Amino acid sequence: MQRYSAPLLLVIAGALLVYGAKAEWLSLYVLSVLMFMGVNVILATSLNLVNGSMGEFSCGHAGFMCVGAYTASILGVLLFSGHKSFGEAWLPAELAVWGFPLLILAGGVTAALAGLAVAIPSYRTRGDYLAIITLAANYIILSVVENLDIIGGSRGFMGMKKIVNGMEETLEVPWLPLWVFVFTVFTVWLLRRYLSSTYGKGVMAICQDEVAAEIMSVNTDRIKTVTFMLSSGLAGIAGGLFAFILGYVNPGSFNILKSTEVLVMVYLGGMGSLSGAVLAAIFFTLLLESFRFVIPWLNTLVHQLSLVPESYEVSQVWKWVLIPLLLIIVMQFRPEGIMGNRELGDLFPKLKRFYRFK
Amino acid sequence: MTKTQPETTTAPVLEITGLTRQFGGLRAVADFHERLAPNELVGLIGPNGAGKTTVFNLVSGFYQPSSGAIKVNGVDTKGLKPHRITALGVARTFQNIRLWNELTVLDNIRVARHGKLGYGFFHAVTRSRTYHEREHEIEREARELLEVFQLDRHADELPKNLPYGTQRRLEIARALAGKPKLLLLDEPAAGLNSVDIQELIRLVRWIHTHFDVTIWMIEHHMDVMMELCQRIKVIDFGETIAAGTPEEIRNHPAVISAYLGDDKI
Repeated sequence: MQRYSAPLLLVIAGALLVYGAKAEWLSLYVLSVLMFMGVNVILATSLNLVNGSMGEFSCGHAGFMCVGAYTASILGVLLFSGHKSFGEAWLPAELAVWGFPLLILAGGVTAALAGLAVAIPSYRTRGDYLAIITLAANYIILSVVENLDIIGGSRGFMGMKKIVNGMEETLEVPWLPLWVFVFTVFTVWLLRRYLSSTYGKGVMAICQDEVAAEIMSVNTDRIKTVTFMLSSGLAGIAGGLFAFILGYVNPGSFNILKSTEVLVMVYLGGMGSLSGAVLAAIFFTLLLESFRFVIPWLNTLVHQLSLVPESYEVSQVWKWVLIPLLLIIVMQFRPEGIMGNRELGDLFPKLKRFYRFK
Repeated sequence: MTKTQPETTTAPVLEITGLTRQFGGLRAVADFHERLAPNELVGLIGPNGAGKTTVFNLVSGFYQPSSGAIKVNGVDTKGLKPHRITALGVARTFQNIRLWNELTVLDNIRVARHGKLGYGFFHAVTRSRTYHEREHEIEREARELLEVFQLDRHADELPKNLPYGTQRRLEIARALAGKPKLLLLDEPAAGLNSVDIQELIRLVRWIHTHFDVTIWMIEHHMDVMMELCQRIKVIDFGETIAAGTPEEIRNHPAVISAYLGDDKI
């Protein structure tokens, strides 16, 4: 019972999601929020692996997301829907149902390879220098994409909507929400297993004392490479899903602002806390969405109180004032984030005893 | 065939020849020689800044020698990364304790088995049979080690919450987790009170008799060295100035003048 309770809960959640989407008591809007939540969970937990658990400072996460997004999109369009630059689709569109997870995984693998290319020159650097290298990598990736006219350059790349619609025509299941759910669970599961093994504990040892780790037989270069590749690979998976949710990608979606957004989630959750990153990603997505309603309400409020001139409208731009403000408040009053470096199990010992993850 | 002494037929655990390390214009270690036979307990002393820790850093691969050679169990360690040298059977402790303070005591021991893990990333995430077997064994051995060091009741605590003397003991236990052939102790008595020091002397002697390990230690507390070491080498400004039994070292004029200065002013 104990052993199967977690998988059982997840299956029930997945089934509810599928049923809810089919029976249409989850509206398209709610579904899209849920999907972005999943993508954000993947992004936050994977960045937390490097920035929290390993104690490095990577700030180019959106760059790897971009690699994954473009790989999955281009491959998908090439194989299943056809494009004006590439010609006819290579495979029948019906196969997309089976091919879709492979597209996303291909995005993840390519992003992991991009991560490897960044990890190798950064063996000898830590802290600020790694931050600069990853930042530069983010810009390099964006510049490459912007200057490749065959995939639309800075105008972006589209055609993924057709694949998603094709999948749903083949077999009437809300594929996209389902796959986002599966990949989100997969990410947390993978990270959980990685970090709880003796092998993965080397990551924490590097964070706490790299010299002692190396002297105590931890192959620090290897662990850093594997960890960085895992992190960027998962970012690539998130990017692929993101591209198919929007049905359209352009390099502007993966700029430094996006990287910062992920950083905010990690800091909000607490460095090194996996459950903290999950909670922060959920909370952050909801917060971002709530501004859609809060800001118009704020607008009427300030006008009723005549705090601003009649002609001025409090627009959605204000969310980019309110979110950084939130970060400042969090850093001021709870610098360790929501969870600190603890996990949910540390806060609820009963939960921990129930789920002895092994 | 000629008969040779047993000492010369046993292969040395560590053989250092002509070891020199230059930091800019400073010769931190100059033409240093040492040969440690299995199961020896040897001391290295010298005034502050004599280059003792530099020798240890060179042996553990933290620095590369400017010239000279270091052989661990007959393998030349030139160009090897520290974790590779550790895998050859060298373990060490640090002058200022360097435990992983946010990992539990048990995990500190487990991570120190990284060199002999026997599985990699894919085993870890797929939880293969190899993974379960290896983790099971690592955990069992780690708990056994904690038990013989009387640390088992602290297994789930964080090292930073333990008393200083206990942290020292844990650091030595962690160094032994990888089953080394050579244990380097860098000032294990630093910061300990006289009661803890007596306990440390017993501990080192006990390790020497119960573990199949050669011990090479740096220490400023002369009583510790006199009591434990079979022989001692003295260095000053990177140069070896004396070597011999503790008794010989105690009365060696060069050692006395290095520590106390000579009377010509």
